[in-house]
Amino acid sequence: MTLHELKLRAAKARLLGLEMVYTAASGHIGGSLSAMDILTELYGEVLRVDPADPRNPGRDRFVMSKGHCTPGLYPSLALAGFFPVEDLKLFRSIEGHYSGHPDMVHVKGVDMSTGSLGQGLACAGGMALAGKIDGRDYRVYALMGDGEIEEGEIWEAAMAIHKYKLDNLCGIIDVNGLQIDGKTADVMPSEPLDAKFAAFGWHVIKADGHDFESLRAAFREAAETKGVPSMILARTTKGKGVSFMENNAGWHGKAPNAEQYETARAELLSAIKELEAE
Amino acid sequence: MAEKIATRAVYGKCLVEFAEQYPELVVLDADLASATMTKGFAAAYPGRFFDMGIAEADMTGFAAGLAACGKKPFVNSFAMFTAGRAWEQVRNSVAYPHLNVKCVGSHGGLSVGEDGATHQCVEDLALMSAIPGMVVVNPCDGNEMRAAVKALLEYEGPAYLRLGRMAVETVTDSVEGYEFALGKAAKLREGRDVTVCATGLMVQRALAAAKILASEGISVRVLDFHTIKPLDAEAVAAAAKETGCIVTTEEHSVIGGLGSAVAACVCENCPVPVLRHGVNDEFGRSGKAELVLSHYGLTAEGIADKVRSAIALKK
Repeated sequence: MTLHELKLRAAKARLLGLEMVYTAASGHIGGSLSAMDILTELYGEVLRVDPADPRNPGRDRFVMSKGHCTPGLYPSLALAGFFPVEDLKLFRSIEGHYSGHPDMVHVKGVDMSTGSLGQGLACAGGMALAGKIDGRDYRVYALMGDGEIEEGEIWEAAMAIHKYKLDNLCGIIDVNGLQIDGKTADVMPSEPLDAKFAAFGWHVIKADGHDFESLRAAFREAAETKGVPSMILARTTKGKGVSFMENNAGWHGKAPNAEQYETARAELLSAIKELEAE
Repeated sequence: MAEKIATRAVYGKCLVEFAEQYPELVVLDADLASATMTKGFAAAYPGRFFDMGIAEADMTGFAAGLAACGKKPFVNSFAMFTAGRAWEQVRNSVAYPHLNVKCVGSHGGLSVGEDGATHQCVEDLALMSAIPGMVVVNPCDGNEMRAAVKALLEYEGPAYLRLGRMAVETVTDSVEGYEFALGKAAKLREGRDVTVCATGLMVQRALAAAKILASEGISVRVLDFHTIKPLDAEAVAAAAKETGCIVTTEEHSVIGGLGSAVAACVCENCPVPVLRHGVNDEFGRSGKAELVLSHYGLTAEGIADKVRSAIALKK
Protein backbone atom coordinates (compact mmCIF):
# COMPACT_ATOMS: atom_id res chain seq x y z
CA MET A 1 0.00 0.00 0.00
CA THR A 2 1.15 3.55 -0.61
CA LEU A 3 1.69 5.89 2.30
CA HIS A 4 -1.41 7.77 1.27
CA GLU A 5 -3.50 4.58 1.20
CA LEU A 6 -2.25 3.63 4.64
CA LYS A 7 -3.07 7.04 6.07
CA LEU A 8 -6.54 6.89 4.57
CA ARG A 9 -7.16 3.37 5.88
CA ALA A 10 -5.98 4.39 9.36
CA ALA A 11 -8.26 7.43 9.30
CA LYS A 12 -11.24 5.24 8.33
CA ALA A 13 -10.30 2.68 10.99
CA ARG A 14 -10.28 5.42 13.63
CA LEU A 15 -13.80 6.41 12.67
CA LEU A 16 -14.94 2.78 12.77
CA GLY A 17 -13.36 2.31 16.19
CA LEU A 18 -15.13 5.40 17.49
CA GLU A 19 -18.46 4.17 16.10
CA MET A 20 -17.95 0.78 17.73
CA VAL A 21 -17.37 2.26 21.16
CA TYR A 22 -20.25 4.70 20.79
CA THR A 23 -22.66 2.01 19.57
CA ALA A 24 -21.63 -0.40 22.32
CA ALA A 25 -21.61 2.45 24.85
CA SER A 26 -18.40 0.95 26.22
CA GLY A 27 -14.93 -0.02 25.12
CA HIS A 28 -11.36 1.20 25.07
CA ILE A 29 -10.92 4.02 22.60
CA GLY A 30 -7.77 5.80 23.86
CA GLY A 31 -5.29 2.97 23.37
CA SER A 32 -7.04 1.86 20.20
CA LEU A 33 -6.45 5.26 18.63
CA SER A 34 -2.83 5.28 19.74
CA ALA A 35 -2.25 1.84 18.20
CA MET A 36 -4.22 2.40 14.98
CA ASP A 37 -1.32 3.40 12.74
CA ILE A 38 0.77 0.48 14.00
CA LEU A 39 -2.13 -1.90 13.29
CA THR A 40 -2.72 -0.36 9.87
CA GLU A 41 0.92 -0.77 8.91
CA LEU A 42 0.85 -4.38 10.16
CA TYR A 43 -2.32 -5.45 8.33
CA GLY A 44 -1.73 -3.23 5.32
CA GLU A 45 1.91 -3.92 4.70
CA VAL A 46 3.78 -6.21 7.07
CA LEU A 47 1.76 -9.33 7.85
CA ARG A 48 1.67 -12.12 5.28
CA VAL A 49 -1.92 -13.15 5.92
CA ASP A 50 -4.77 -14.06 3.61
CA PRO A 51 -8.34 -13.25 4.68
CA ALA A 52 -9.53 -16.06 2.40
CA ASP A 53 -7.33 -18.56 4.26
CA PRO A 54 -7.09 -17.17 7.79
CA ARG A 55 -5.81 -20.39 9.39
CA ASN A 56 -3.05 -21.12 6.90
CA PRO A 57 -0.30 -22.74 8.99
CA GLY A 58 2.38 -20.80 7.12
CA ARG A 59 0.89 -17.36 7.80
CA ASP A 60 2.42 -14.66 9.93
CA ARG A 61 0.80 -14.35 13.37
CA PHE A 62 -0.31 -11.29 15.26
CA VAL A 63 -1.04 -11.28 18.98
CA MET A 64 -2.92 -8.29 20.35
CA SER A 65 -1.48 -8.54 23.83
CA LYS A 66 -3.14 -5.26 24.81
CA GLY A 67 -6.37 -7.07 24.10
CA HIS A 68 -8.70 -4.35 25.32
CA CYS A 69 -7.92 -2.41 22.15
CA THR A 70 -10.40 -4.31 19.99
CA PRO A 71 -11.72 -0.98 18.65
CA GLY A 72 -8.29 -0.85 17.02
CA LEU A 73 -7.93 -4.50 16.05
CA TYR A 74 -11.41 -5.27 14.73
CA PRO A 75 -11.57 -2.34 12.27
CA SER A 76 -8.07 -3.30 11.07
CA LEU A 77 -9.23 -6.88 10.46
CA ALA A 78 -12.44 -5.72 8.78
CA LEU A 79 -10.65 -3.30 6.47
CA ALA A 80 -8.13 -6.03 5.64
CA GLY A 81 -11.06 -8.18 4.52
CA PHE A 82 -11.36 -10.77 7.29
CA PHE A 83 -15.03 -9.98 7.94
CA PRO A 84 -17.58 -7.37 6.81
CA VAL A 85 -17.26 -3.85 8.24
CA GLU A 86 -20.98 -4.21 9.00
CA ASP A 87 -20.12 -6.80 11.67
CA LEU A 88 -18.46 -4.12 13.81
CA LYS A 89 -21.96 -3.11 14.93
CA LEU A 90 -22.00 -6.34 16.94
CA PHE A 91 -19.05 -5.21 19.07
CA ARG A 92 -19.69 -6.11 22.73
CA SER A 93 -23.20 -7.25 21.81
CA ILE A 94 -24.89 -10.42 23.00
CA GLU A 95 -26.07 -10.83 19.41
CA GLY A 96 -22.59 -11.64 18.11
CA HIS A 97 -19.15 -12.92 18.99
CA TYR A 98 -17.23 -9.66 18.77
CA SER A 99 -16.37 -9.64 22.46
CA GLY A 100 -14.76 -6.80 24.32
CA HIS A 101 -11.46 -8.64 24.03
CA PRO A 102 -10.14 -10.71 21.08
CA ASP A 103 -11.54 -14.22 20.70
CA MET A 104 -9.59 -16.52 18.39
CA VAL A 105 -12.30 -19.17 18.36
CA HIS A 106 -15.03 -16.99 16.89
CA VAL A 107 -13.45 -13.99 15.17
CA LYS A 108 -11.76 -14.57 11.84
CA GLY A 109 -8.22 -13.30 11.72
CA VAL A 110 -7.64 -13.32 15.48
CA ASP A 111 -4.61 -15.52 16.16
CA MET A 112 -4.76 -15.54 19.97
CA SER A 113 -7.42 -14.84 22.57
CA THR A 114 -6.11 -12.10 24.80
CA GLY A 115 -7.35 -9.51 27.21
CA SER A 116 -5.80 -10.41 30.51
CA LEU A 117 -2.79 -8.14 30.33
CA GLY A 118 0.72 -9.49 30.14
CA GLN A 119 -0.17 -12.86 28.63
CA GLY A 120 0.23 -12.20 24.91
CA LEU A 121 4.00 -12.01 24.62
CA ALA A 122 4.49 -15.53 26.03
CA CYS A 123 1.83 -16.86 23.65
CA ALA A 124 3.63 -15.18 20.76
CA GLY A 125 6.82 -16.80 22.04
CA GLY A 126 5.19 -20.22 21.80
CA MET A 127 4.07 -19.51 18.25
CA ALA A 128 7.55 -18.38 17.25
CA LEU A 129 9.06 -21.46 18.90
CA ALA A 130 6.66 -23.70 16.95
CA GLY A 131 7.82 -21.98 13.78
CA LYS A 132 11.44 -22.74 14.61
CA ILE A 133 10.64 -26.38 15.47
CA ASP A 134 8.81 -26.84 12.18
CA GLY A 135 11.31 -24.91 10.10
CA ARG A 136 8.65 -22.50 8.86
CA ASP A 137 9.51 -18.96 7.87
CA TYR A 138 6.49 -17.19 9.32
CA ARG A 139 6.97 -14.27 11.67
CA VAL A 140 5.11 -13.48 14.89
CA TYR A 141 4.20 -10.00 16.10
CA ALA A 142 2.92 -9.04 19.54
CA LEU A 143 1.60 -5.59 20.39
CA MET A 144 1.76 -4.50 24.03
CA GLY A 145 0.91 -1.39 25.94
CA ASP A 146 3.48 0.50 27.99
CA GLY A 147 1.23 0.08 31.02
CA GLU A 148 0.80 -3.62 30.29
CA ILE A 149 4.50 -4.33 30.55
CA GLU A 150 4.23 -3.79 34.31
CA GLU A 151 2.97 -7.40 34.37
CA GLY A 152 5.74 -9.78 35.43
CA GLU A 153 4.91 -12.37 32.79
CA ILE A 154 6.15 -9.97 30.10
CA TRP A 155 9.62 -10.10 31.61
CA GLU A 156 9.50 -13.87 32.02
CA ALA A 157 8.63 -14.08 28.33
CA ALA A 158 11.35 -11.58 27.44
CA MET A 159 13.92 -13.92 29.02
CA ALA A 160 12.54 -17.05 27.36
CA ILE A 161 12.18 -15.51 23.89
CA HIS A 162 15.79 -14.39 24.08
CA LYS A 163 16.90 -17.79 25.39
CA TYR A 164 15.43 -19.57 22.37
CA LYS A 165 16.81 -16.93 19.94
CA LEU A 166 13.37 -16.28 18.50
CA ASP A 167 14.43 -13.76 15.87
CA ASN A 168 11.16 -14.57 14.08
CA LEU A 169 9.36 -12.66 16.82
CA CYS A 170 8.90 -8.92 16.92
CA GLY A 171 7.36 -7.17 19.88
CA ILE A 172 5.89 -3.70 19.61
CA ILE A 173 5.18 -1.49 22.59
CA ASP A 174 2.62 1.24 22.09
CA VAL A 175 4.36 3.83 24.25
CA ASN A 176 1.61 6.37 24.85
CA GLY A 177 2.72 7.15 28.39
CA LEU A 178 -0.71 6.74 29.98
CA GLN A 179 -2.63 4.03 31.81
CA ILE A 180 -5.95 3.97 33.65
CA ASP A 181 -4.80 5.70 36.81
CA GLY A 182 -2.74 8.34 35.06
CA LYS A 183 0.76 8.78 33.69
CA THR A 184 2.74 5.56 33.43
CA ALA A 185 5.67 7.47 34.87
CA ASP A 186 3.63 8.10 38.03
CA VAL A 187 1.69 4.83 38.34
CA MET A 188 4.69 2.58 37.82
CA PRO A 189 7.76 4.06 36.17
CA SER A 190 9.00 1.58 33.58
CA GLU A 191 11.53 3.65 31.66
CA PRO A 192 14.15 3.29 30.35
CA LEU A 193 12.44 0.64 28.23
CA ASP A 194 15.21 0.62 25.63
CA ALA A 195 17.89 -0.16 28.20
CA LYS A 196 15.69 -2.76 29.91
CA PHE A 197 14.95 -4.75 26.78
CA ALA A 198 18.53 -4.36 25.59
CA ALA A 199 19.65 -5.79 28.93
CA PHE A 200 17.30 -8.74 28.31
CA GLY A 201 19.18 -9.35 25.07
CA TRP A 202 16.66 -7.89 22.64
CA HIS A 203 17.39 -5.72 19.62
CA VAL A 204 15.59 -2.48 20.41
CA ILE A 205 14.25 -0.21 17.67
CA LYS A 206 12.70 3.19 18.28
CA ALA A 207 9.96 4.42 16.02
CA ASP A 208 7.32 7.08 15.67
CA GLY A 209 4.11 5.13 16.06
CA HIS A 210 2.15 7.56 13.91
CA ASP A 211 4.64 7.77 11.02
CA PHE A 212 4.25 4.99 8.46
CA GLU A 213 7.74 5.48 7.05
CA SER A 214 9.23 5.22 10.51
CA LEU A 215 7.16 2.12 11.29
CA ARG A 216 8.04 0.49 7.99
CA ALA A 217 11.74 1.03 8.56
CA ALA A 218 11.37 -0.41 12.09
CA PHE A 219 9.59 -3.56 10.91
CA ARG A 220 12.17 -4.02 8.16
CA GLU A 221 15.02 -3.68 10.64
CA ALA A 222 13.33 -6.22 12.91
CA ALA A 223 12.94 -8.71 10.06
CA GLU A 224 16.59 -8.29 9.13
CA THR A 225 17.81 -8.79 12.70
CA LYS A 226 19.04 -12.36 13.17
CA GLY A 227 19.82 -14.32 16.30
CA VAL A 228 17.87 -12.17 18.76
CA PRO A 229 14.25 -10.98 18.99
CA SER A 230 13.39 -7.37 18.26
CA MET A 231 11.34 -4.90 20.25
CA ILE A 232 9.95 -1.80 18.57
CA LEU A 233 9.29 1.02 21.00
CA ALA A 234 6.67 3.02 19.13
CA ARG A 235 6.13 6.45 20.60
CA THR A 236 2.46 7.34 20.30
CA THR A 237 -0.26 9.69 21.50
CA LYS A 238 -3.12 8.13 23.41
CA GLY A 239 -6.41 9.13 21.78
CA LYS A 240 -4.62 10.13 18.56
CA GLY A 241 -6.90 11.82 16.03
CA VAL A 242 -9.56 13.13 18.39
CA SER A 243 -8.39 16.43 19.89
CA PHE A 244 -10.14 16.18 23.25
CA MET A 245 -9.10 12.56 23.75
CA GLU A 246 -5.42 13.08 23.02
CA ASN A 247 -3.07 12.60 25.97
CA ASN A 248 -6.00 12.21 28.35
CA ALA A 249 -5.99 9.09 30.54
CA GLY A 250 -9.70 9.60 31.16
CA TRP A 251 -10.39 8.25 27.66
CA HIS A 252 -8.76 4.89 28.36
CA GLY A 253 -11.95 2.93 28.73
CA LYS A 254 -14.86 5.29 28.37
CA ALA A 255 -17.49 5.73 25.67
CA PRO A 256 -18.29 9.24 24.46
CA ASN A 257 -21.73 10.73 25.02
CA ALA A 258 -23.77 11.87 22.00
CA GLU A 259 -22.29 15.34 21.91
CA GLN A 260 -18.72 14.13 22.33
CA TYR A 261 -19.33 11.50 19.69
CA GLU A 262 -20.50 14.08 17.16
CA THR A 263 -17.49 16.29 17.83
CA ALA A 264 -15.07 13.36 17.52
CA ARG A 265 -16.84 12.04 14.43
CA ALA A 266 -16.63 15.44 12.75
CA GLU A 267 -12.89 15.63 13.41
CA LEU A 268 -12.26 12.14 12.04
CA LEU A 269 -14.50 12.70 9.02
CA SER A 270 -12.69 15.90 8.19
CA ALA A 271 -9.36 14.05 8.39
CA ILE A 272 -10.70 11.46 5.96
CA LYS A 273 -11.98 14.18 3.60
CA GLU A 274 -8.64 15.96 3.66
CA LEU A 275 -6.84 12.76 2.76
CA GLU A 276 -9.33 11.95 0.03
CA ALA A 277 -8.82 15.42 -1.44
CA GLU A 278 -5.05 14.94 -1.67
CA MET B 1 2.08 -57.36 47.09
CA ALA B 2 2.80 -55.69 43.76
CA GLU B 3 5.84 -53.49 43.36
CA LYS B 4 5.29 -49.84 44.21
CA ILE B 5 6.00 -47.07 41.75
CA ALA B 6 5.17 -43.35 41.75
CA THR B 7 2.75 -42.16 39.07
CA ARG B 8 5.24 -39.41 38.18
CA ALA B 9 7.84 -42.06 37.35
CA VAL B 10 5.46 -43.84 35.00
CA TYR B 11 4.43 -40.52 33.47
CA GLY B 12 8.06 -39.70 32.67
CA LYS B 13 8.52 -43.06 30.96
CA CYS B 14 5.28 -42.64 29.00
CA LEU B 15 6.41 -39.33 27.51
CA VAL B 16 9.42 -41.11 26.03
CA GLU B 17 7.40 -44.16 25.04
CA PHE B 18 4.79 -42.15 23.12
CA ALA B 19 7.14 -39.56 21.62
CA GLU B 20 7.57 -41.29 18.25
CA GLN B 21 3.87 -42.03 17.90
CA TYR B 22 2.99 -38.39 18.59
CA PRO B 23 5.55 -36.23 16.79
CA GLU B 24 3.71 -33.05 17.79
CA LEU B 25 4.23 -33.82 21.50
CA VAL B 26 6.49 -31.21 23.10
CA VAL B 27 7.36 -30.99 26.79
CA LEU B 28 7.95 -27.86 28.86
CA ASP B 29 9.22 -27.76 32.41
CA ALA B 30 9.93 -25.06 34.97
CA ASP B 31 13.28 -26.13 36.42
CA LEU B 32 11.88 -29.30 37.97
CA ALA B 33 12.65 -31.89 35.30
CA SER B 34 14.27 -34.23 37.82
CA ALA B 35 11.26 -34.10 40.11
CA THR B 36 8.48 -34.11 37.52
CA MET B 37 10.40 -36.89 35.71
CA THR B 38 10.47 -35.14 32.36
CA LYS B 39 14.27 -35.47 32.38
CA GLY B 40 14.09 -38.73 30.44
CA PHE B 41 12.19 -37.04 27.64
CA ALA B 42 14.62 -34.12 27.79
CA ALA B 43 17.55 -36.47 27.26
CA ALA B 44 15.89 -38.50 24.51
CA TYR B 45 14.27 -35.61 22.61
CA PRO B 46 16.24 -32.45 23.35
CA GLY B 47 14.73 -30.64 20.36
CA ARG B 48 11.25 -31.15 21.77
CA PHE B 49 11.97 -30.29 25.41
CA PHE B 50 12.03 -26.73 26.71
CA ASP B 51 13.18 -25.76 30.16
CA MET B 52 11.43 -22.46 30.73
CA GLY B 53 13.07 -21.72 34.06
CA ILE B 54 11.18 -20.84 37.21
CA ALA B 55 8.46 -19.01 35.32
CA GLU B 56 5.23 -21.00 35.24
CA ALA B 57 3.06 -18.20 33.87
CA ASP B 58 5.34 -17.76 30.89
CA MET B 59 5.63 -21.53 30.42
CA THR B 60 1.84 -21.80 30.21
CA GLY B 61 1.63 -18.93 27.73
CA PHE B 62 4.32 -20.50 25.55
CA ALA B 63 2.35 -23.74 25.61
CA ALA B 64 -0.77 -21.89 24.45
CA GLY B 65 1.17 -20.44 21.53
CA LEU B 66 2.67 -23.81 20.66
CA ALA B 67 -0.79 -25.41 20.73
CA ALA B 68 -2.18 -22.63 18.54
CA CYS B 69 0.40 -23.74 15.96
CA GLY B 70 -0.52 -27.43 16.10
CA LYS B 71 1.80 -28.77 18.82
CA LYS B 72 0.67 -30.97 21.71
CA PRO B 73 2.43 -29.30 24.64
CA PHE B 74 2.61 -30.89 28.09
CA VAL B 75 3.61 -28.30 30.70
CA ASN B 76 5.12 -29.53 33.93
CA SER B 77 5.70 -28.25 37.42
CA PHE B 78 4.47 -29.04 40.89
CA ALA B 79 0.68 -29.02 41.21
CA MET B 80 0.98 -25.95 43.41
CA PHE B 81 2.49 -23.96 40.53
CA THR B 82 0.93 -25.55 37.44
CA ALA B 83 -2.56 -25.15 38.86
CA GLY B 84 -1.92 -22.41 41.40
CA ARG B 85 0.71 -19.95 40.24
CA ALA B 86 -0.34 -20.13 36.59
CA TRP B 87 -4.07 -20.53 37.19
CA GLU B 88 -5.06 -17.44 35.32
CA GLN B 89 -2.84 -18.26 32.36
CA VAL B 90 -4.46 -21.70 32.24
CA ARG B 91 -7.87 -20.07 32.32
CA ASN B 92 -7.38 -17.23 29.85
CA SER B 93 -4.58 -18.30 27.51
CA VAL B 94 -5.31 -22.04 27.41
CA ALA B 95 -8.87 -22.94 28.36
CA TYR B 96 -10.80 -19.94 27.04
CA PRO B 97 -9.51 -20.50 23.49
CA HIS B 98 -9.83 -24.29 24.09
CA LEU B 99 -6.21 -24.94 23.18
CA ASN B 100 -4.72 -28.40 23.26
CA VAL B 101 -2.45 -27.94 26.27
CA LYS B 102 -1.99 -30.59 28.94
CA CYS B 103 -1.20 -28.97 32.29
CA VAL B 104 0.59 -31.48 34.47
CA GLY B 105 0.88 -30.98 38.21
CA SER B 106 3.30 -33.29 39.93
CA HIS B 107 3.63 -33.68 43.70
CA GLY B 108 -0.09 -33.17 44.21
CA GLY B 109 -1.59 -33.37 47.69
CA LEU B 110 -0.06 -33.93 51.12
CA SER B 111 2.20 -36.80 50.07
CA VAL B 112 4.79 -34.24 49.00
CA GLY B 113 5.79 -34.83 52.60
CA GLU B 114 8.78 -32.99 54.01
CA ASP B 115 8.48 -29.77 51.96
CA GLY B 116 5.35 -28.88 53.88
CA ALA B 117 2.33 -26.71 53.30
CA THR B 118 3.70 -24.30 50.69
CA HIS B 119 4.24 -27.22 48.32
CA GLN B 120 1.36 -29.49 49.35
CA CYS B 121 -1.35 -28.47 46.93
CA VAL B 122 -4.73 -29.64 48.19
CA GLU B 123 -6.66 -27.26 45.94
CA ASP B 124 -5.48 -28.13 42.41
CA LEU B 125 -8.44 -30.32 41.49
CA ALA B 126 -10.81 -27.57 42.65
CA LEU B 127 -8.91 -24.82 40.84
CA MET B 128 -8.78 -26.72 37.58
CA SER B 129 -12.34 -28.07 37.81
CA ALA B 130 -13.69 -24.55 38.19
CA ILE B 131 -12.44 -23.60 34.71
CA PRO B 132 -15.05 -24.14 31.98
CA GLY B 133 -14.23 -27.05 29.70
CA MET B 134 -11.18 -28.33 31.60
CA VAL B 135 -10.79 -32.08 31.83
CA VAL B 136 -9.30 -33.04 35.22
CA VAL B 137 -7.53 -36.37 35.68
CA ASN B 138 -5.94 -37.91 38.77
CA PRO B 139 -4.75 -41.50 38.19
CA CYS B 140 -4.30 -43.83 41.15
CA ASP B 141 -1.40 -46.00 39.99
CA GLY B 142 1.19 -46.49 37.28
CA ASN B 143 -1.00 -48.70 35.14
CA GLU B 144 -3.75 -46.11 35.15
CA MET B 145 -1.28 -43.29 34.57
CA ARG B 146 -0.04 -44.91 31.38
CA ALA B 147 -3.61 -45.21 30.08
CA ALA B 148 -4.33 -41.62 31.11
CA VAL B 149 -1.32 -40.19 29.27
CA LYS B 150 -2.31 -42.10 26.15
CA ALA B 151 -5.90 -40.88 26.43
CA LEU B 152 -4.81 -37.28 26.94
CA LEU B 153 -2.54 -37.45 23.89
CA GLU B 154 -5.60 -38.50 21.90
CA TYR B 155 -7.89 -35.91 23.48
CA GLU B 156 -7.86 -32.51 21.74
CA GLY B 157 -8.42 -29.82 24.32
CA PRO B 158 -7.24 -28.41 27.63
CA ALA B 159 -6.73 -30.84 30.49
CA TYR B 160 -5.09 -31.09 33.89
CA LEU B 161 -3.24 -34.21 35.00
CA ARG B 162 -2.13 -34.73 38.60
CA LEU B 163 0.92 -36.83 39.40
CA GLY B 164 1.99 -38.13 42.78
CA ARG B 165 5.39 -38.00 44.39
CA MET B 166 5.35 -41.16 46.48
CA ALA B 167 5.47 -44.73 45.25
CA VAL B 168 2.10 -46.46 45.28
CA GLU B 169 0.96 -50.01 44.79
CA THR B 170 -0.34 -50.91 41.34
CA VAL B 171 -3.89 -52.18 41.77
CA THR B 172 -5.74 -51.60 38.52
CA ASP B 173 -3.80 -54.20 36.52
CA SER B 174 -5.23 -57.05 38.57
CA VAL B 175 -8.87 -55.97 38.33
CA GLU B 176 -10.82 -58.13 35.89
CA GLY B 177 -12.41 -56.10 33.13
CA TYR B 178 -10.57 -52.89 34.05
CA GLU B 179 -10.65 -50.42 31.20
CA PHE B 180 -9.59 -46.80 31.18
CA ALA B 181 -11.85 -44.27 29.51
CA LEU B 182 -11.73 -40.53 30.19
CA GLY B 183 -14.81 -39.52 32.14
CA LYS B 184 -15.76 -43.07 33.15
CA ALA B 185 -15.23 -44.28 36.70
CA ALA B 186 -13.70 -47.74 37.01
CA LYS B 187 -15.43 -50.21 39.30
CA LEU B 188 -12.64 -51.90 41.21
CA ARG B 189 -14.79 -53.80 43.70
CA GLU B 190 -18.48 -54.65 43.78
CA GLY B 191 -20.50 -54.05 46.93
CA ARG B 192 -24.08 -53.63 48.20
CA ASP B 193 -24.07 -51.56 51.38
CA VAL B 194 -22.06 -48.47 50.51
CA THR B 195 -19.94 -47.04 47.70
CA VAL B 196 -16.57 -45.45 48.24
CA CYS B 197 -15.73 -43.01 45.44
CA ALA B 198 -11.96 -42.59 45.50
CA THR B 199 -9.35 -40.79 43.46
CA GLY B 200 -5.56 -40.83 43.29
CA LEU B 201 -3.67 -42.63 46.01
CA MET B 202 -6.83 -42.91 48.12
CA VAL B 203 -8.02 -45.64 45.75
CA GLN B 204 -5.61 -48.18 47.27
CA ARG B 205 -6.66 -47.07 50.74
CA ALA B 206 -10.31 -47.43 49.77
CA LEU B 207 -9.66 -51.01 48.67
CA ALA B 208 -7.91 -51.68 51.97
CA ALA B 209 -10.84 -50.12 53.85
CA ALA B 210 -13.23 -52.37 51.92
CA LYS B 211 -11.32 -55.40 53.19
CA ILE B 212 -11.47 -54.18 56.79
CA LEU B 213 -15.20 -53.56 56.46
CA ALA B 214 -15.83 -56.91 54.79
CA SER B 215 -14.63 -58.54 57.97
CA GLU B 216 -17.38 -56.62 59.75
CA GLY B 217 -19.96 -57.85 57.26
CA ILE B 218 -20.17 -54.56 55.33
CA SER B 219 -20.11 -54.93 51.56
CA VAL B 220 -18.30 -51.98 49.93
CA ARG B 221 -18.32 -50.97 46.27
CA VAL B 222 -15.15 -49.11 45.29
CA LEU B 223 -15.24 -46.74 42.34
CA ASP B 224 -12.02 -45.27 41.01
CA PHE B 225 -12.61 -41.72 39.76
CA HIS B 226 -9.44 -41.12 37.78
CA THR B 227 -11.43 -38.42 36.00
CA ILE B 228 -12.82 -35.76 38.31
CA LYS B 229 -14.22 -33.75 35.43
CA PRO B 230 -16.24 -34.57 33.49
CA LEU B 231 -17.68 -36.55 36.38
CA ASP B 232 -19.17 -39.95 35.60
CA ALA B 233 -22.69 -39.06 36.73
CA GLU B 234 -24.06 -42.45 35.67
CA ALA B 235 -21.71 -44.31 37.97
CA VAL B 236 -22.57 -41.94 40.82
CA ALA B 237 -26.32 -42.34 40.28
CA ALA B 238 -26.02 -46.12 40.07
CA ALA B 239 -24.00 -46.15 43.28
CA ALA B 240 -26.57 -44.01 45.08
CA LYS B 241 -29.48 -46.15 43.95
CA GLU B 242 -27.85 -49.54 44.41
CA THR B 243 -25.88 -49.02 47.63
CA GLY B 244 -27.88 -46.25 49.33
CA CYS B 245 -25.00 -44.17 50.63
CA ILE B 246 -21.65 -42.84 49.45
CA VAL B 247 -18.30 -41.91 50.92
CA THR B 248 -15.85 -39.91 48.82
CA THR B 249 -12.14 -39.92 49.55
CA GLU B 250 -9.36 -37.80 48.09
CA GLU B 251 -5.91 -36.45 48.92
CA HIS B 252 -7.30 -32.97 48.42
CA SER B 253 -9.47 -30.47 50.20
CA VAL B 254 -13.02 -31.68 50.72
CA ILE B 255 -13.96 -28.36 49.11
CA GLY B 256 -14.13 -28.31 45.34
CA GLY B 257 -12.69 -31.70 44.45
CA LEU B 258 -14.18 -35.16 44.01
CA GLY B 259 -16.26 -34.94 47.17
CA SER B 260 -17.94 -31.70 46.17
CA ALA B 261 -18.59 -32.98 42.65
CA VAL B 262 -20.09 -36.27 43.81
CA ALA B 263 -22.16 -34.60 46.54
CA ALA B 264 -23.59 -32.11 44.05
CA CYS B 265 -24.36 -34.87 41.58
CA VAL B 266 -26.11 -37.00 44.21
CA CYS B 267 -28.13 -34.07 45.59
CA GLU B 268 -29.36 -33.15 42.15
CA ASN B 269 -30.16 -36.63 40.88
CA CYS B 270 -30.70 -39.22 43.58
CA PRO B 271 -30.37 -37.89 47.15
CA VAL B 272 -28.77 -40.31 49.61
CA PRO B 273 -26.23 -39.65 52.39
CA VAL B 274 -22.80 -38.57 51.09
CA LEU B 275 -19.86 -38.12 53.46
CA ARG B 276 -16.69 -36.48 52.22
CA HIS B 277 -13.32 -37.75 53.38
CA GLY B 278 -10.24 -35.69 52.58
CA VAL B 279 -8.41 -32.65 53.89
CA ASN B 280 -10.76 -30.59 56.04
CA ASP B 281 -10.18 -26.98 55.00
CA GLU B 282 -6.68 -26.82 56.42
CA PHE B 283 -3.09 -26.60 55.25
CA GLY B 284 -0.67 -29.48 55.31
CA ARG B 285 2.56 -29.73 57.29
CA SER B 286 6.01 -31.22 57.00
CA GLY B 287 6.72 -34.85 57.74
CA LYS B 288 7.37 -38.18 56.11
CA ALA B 289 4.66 -38.60 53.49
CA GLU B 290 3.00 -41.61 55.09
CA LEU B 291 3.05 -39.96 58.51
CA VAL B 292 1.56 -36.76 57.11
CA LEU B 293 -1.22 -38.74 55.45
CA SER B 294 -1.89 -40.52 58.76
CA HIS B 295 -1.85 -37.21 60.64
CA TYR B 296 -4.71 -35.99 58.46
CA GLY B 297 -6.57 -39.28 58.64
CA LEU B 298 -6.01 -40.17 55.00
CA THR B 299 -5.78 -43.88 55.80
CA ALA B 300 -7.81 -47.01 55.23
CA GLU B 301 -9.03 -46.79 58.82
CA GLY B 302 -10.04 -43.15 58.26
CA ILE B 303 -12.13 -44.20 55.28
CA ALA B 304 -13.61 -47.13 57.22
CA ASP B 305 -14.74 -44.74 59.97
CA LYS B 306 -16.48 -42.53 57.42
CA VAL B 307 -18.15 -45.58 55.91
CA ARG B 308 -19.53 -46.68 59.28
CA SER B 309 -20.91 -43.15 59.78
CA ALA B 310 -22.45 -43.11 56.31
CA ILE B 311 -24.16 -46.44 56.83
CA ALA B 312 -25.58 -45.16 60.13
CA LEU B 313 -27.21 -42.33 58.18
CA LYS B 314 -29.02 -44.67 55.81
CA LYS B 315 -32.76 -44.81 56.37
